[in-house]
Amino acid sequence: MAEPGELGRFGEYGGRFVPESLIPACARVEEAFRDAWSDPRFRRDLDRLLAVHAGRPTALTPAWRLSAELGINVLLKREDLAHTGSHKINNVLGQALLARRMGKTRLLAETGAGQHGVATATAGALLGLGVTVYMGEKDIERQALNVFRMKMLGTEVVPVTSGSRTLKDATSEAMRQWVTCVDEAHYCLGSVMGPHPYPWMVREFQRVIGDEARQQCAAELSTGVPDYVVACVGGGSNAAGTFAGFADTGAQLIGVEASGGAAVASGQTGVLHGFRSYLLQDENGQVSEAHSIAPGLDYPGVGPEHAHLNDIGRARYVTVGDDEVVPAVHRLARTEGILPALESAHAIAWVIRAAGTGELPPFSTVLVTLSGRGDKDVATLMEADPMEAGPMEAGS
Amino acid sequence: MKRLVPYVTGGIRPDWTRYLVEYERNGATAIEIGLPFSDPILDGPTIQEASDRALSRGVTVASVLSDISDLSLTVPLIAMTYYNLVINKGPERFCADLAAAGVSGLIVPDLPIDEAGPVVTAAERHGVDLVLLAAPTTPPDRLAEIAARSGGWIYAVSTMGTTGERDQVAEEGIRLAKDLRELTGKPVLLAFGISRPEHAVAAAEASDGVVIGAALMRRILDGGEPEELGAVLGEFRAALDTVAV
Repeated sequence: MAEPGELGRFGEYGGRFVPESLIPACARVEEAFRDAWSDPRFRRDLDRLLAVHAGRPTALTPAWRLSAELGINVLLKREDLAHTGSHKINNVLGQALLARRMGKTRLLAETGAGQHGVATATAGALLGLGVTVYMGEKDIERQALNVFRMKMLGTEVVPVTSGSRTLKDATSEAMRQWVTCVDEAHYCLGSVMGPHPYPWMVREFQRVIGDEARQQCAAELSTGVPDYVVACVGGGSNAAGTFAGFADTGAQLIGVEASGGAAVASGQTGVLHGFRSYLLQDENGQVSEAHSIAPGLDYPGVGPEHAHLNDIGRARYVTVGDDEVVPAVHRLARTEGILPALESAHAIAWVIRAAGTGELPPFSTVLVTLSGRGDKDVATLMEADPMEAGPMEAGS
Repeated sequence: MKRLVPYVTGGIRPDWTRYLVEYERNGATAIEIGLPFSDPILDGPTIQEASDRALSRGVTVASVLSDISDLSLTVPLIAMTYYNLVINKGPERFCADLAAAGVSGLIVPDLPIDEAGPVVTAAERHGVDLVLLAAPTTPPDRLAEIAARSGGWIYAVSTMGTTGERDQVAEEGIRLAKDLRELTGKPVLLAFGISRPEHAVAAAEASDGVVIGAALMRRILDGGEPEELGAVLGEFRAALDTVAV
């Protein structure tokens, strides 16, 4: 997975489609990132923070009982074990260090599920940076626990009431606000999207997932590399980071989108939030609202590199509906004692389905990135199916 | 005479083209028409609300262009919209449709000069001026490039922020307008936050004119009739006419 050059292109996707006011700010972020990423001291500082604060490396957990039930060999890359409960912390620690290096005093961020917001709030507290997080009103209602966590960490959470009141509108608002304070604030974008250099920079900060998993698979598997590498895709940062570690192998890369937010499967080329990619839109070019039980996947676009990987056939993108996701959460909880985030459960749901249909051949090895833990989703799960919380037999 | 360019969100109400007629009658030198987009990234709450309201009426680029194609205005019409709507039709067809409806200019706030190539080409082919934006943070060499490549005139964004009413014209905007006028003979119009006639005067002393958006749209959203908006624009016209060219 290549460096996208000065124009930030992944094939025909990516770019920097922002108002002129933000062009110098994006250029400064790119320059600072290029400089930092080639500076061994920056890399050492980030590695140390990831180790002592975020708890890296995260485990690679063989899912013994689920594997036995499915007749395949499932390995879980446990980003749910990272500090703050998701992979988001990897990117945020990188960007927060970069912001401090650039002399910024504040971080702005958008959040959907709240995990990126919590991670940004955490990094801000750790590095002494002020944090403002924009969050759709609807997501604030769905993710009350994460809102409370952010506030406890000293972060200001600003409700966004426009449009669909979800991640799309929170992102728009964060960008609008960035225009007003580019001198002191760094926009800490949470996924592999946005104007160049964000899709590339965030992928590089998330590459740690794939690099670790590659090493761990080499130790765990007789073949050294899994047959399939599977990750959920909203904007697509955990998938991009995971795929980066396996791009030069023969592993099949599978991105799992929410069926109601499947930009690759159902979108058309478009431009939103500073980048060109696949985008859910109506016939007139108005951006459609995505719908998913997982707020982190409730986004109408997908990172530009994913669009490119799809076009060149290096990765394959599939969809899973809410109706498959909730049972997948319960199944993983009961077979492995792991409660995955609804976002991550999309990847699990596809593996369960594909093993059942034979799309994943018997005895194949499948690495699944568990991007986050499901504590934040308990209220949603209770609402979705309260009876599921009652007694039932393992594996059912 | 200093230029006065009022803005209206296309399709904000069924009889919205009456605003255009009143704007022309009350001293507009050109009129900017917003083609509503679901995610207007450079717009503040007022124009966001106007866009939402128009979209909820089912307004499309085609319906706005259809509405104006029957008008017989003499002032130039300039479309303002976001890049996704241009991509949706393709720059070629988009510009052809604008030209066919009598629109002679296009402003795309999320299309910076580095990415503008295909639209520049299509716009030129159809006789549409692609007006480029300049911002207070734009460095001098880039400012020169924008001034050289902007079609017709230059849209100088007065402040680091979104569209919306403000208490005064930002000093950084005045500086930007002066810098641009030293770089080019093309007209430089100052936009964003020009909310009162005295703002227009302050802005026009450093520029060739002003664009007025949110201050007018606020009144339209509040139910202001075309004649009332015409009168408001007339006050801006009268104030601007006191400024030496």
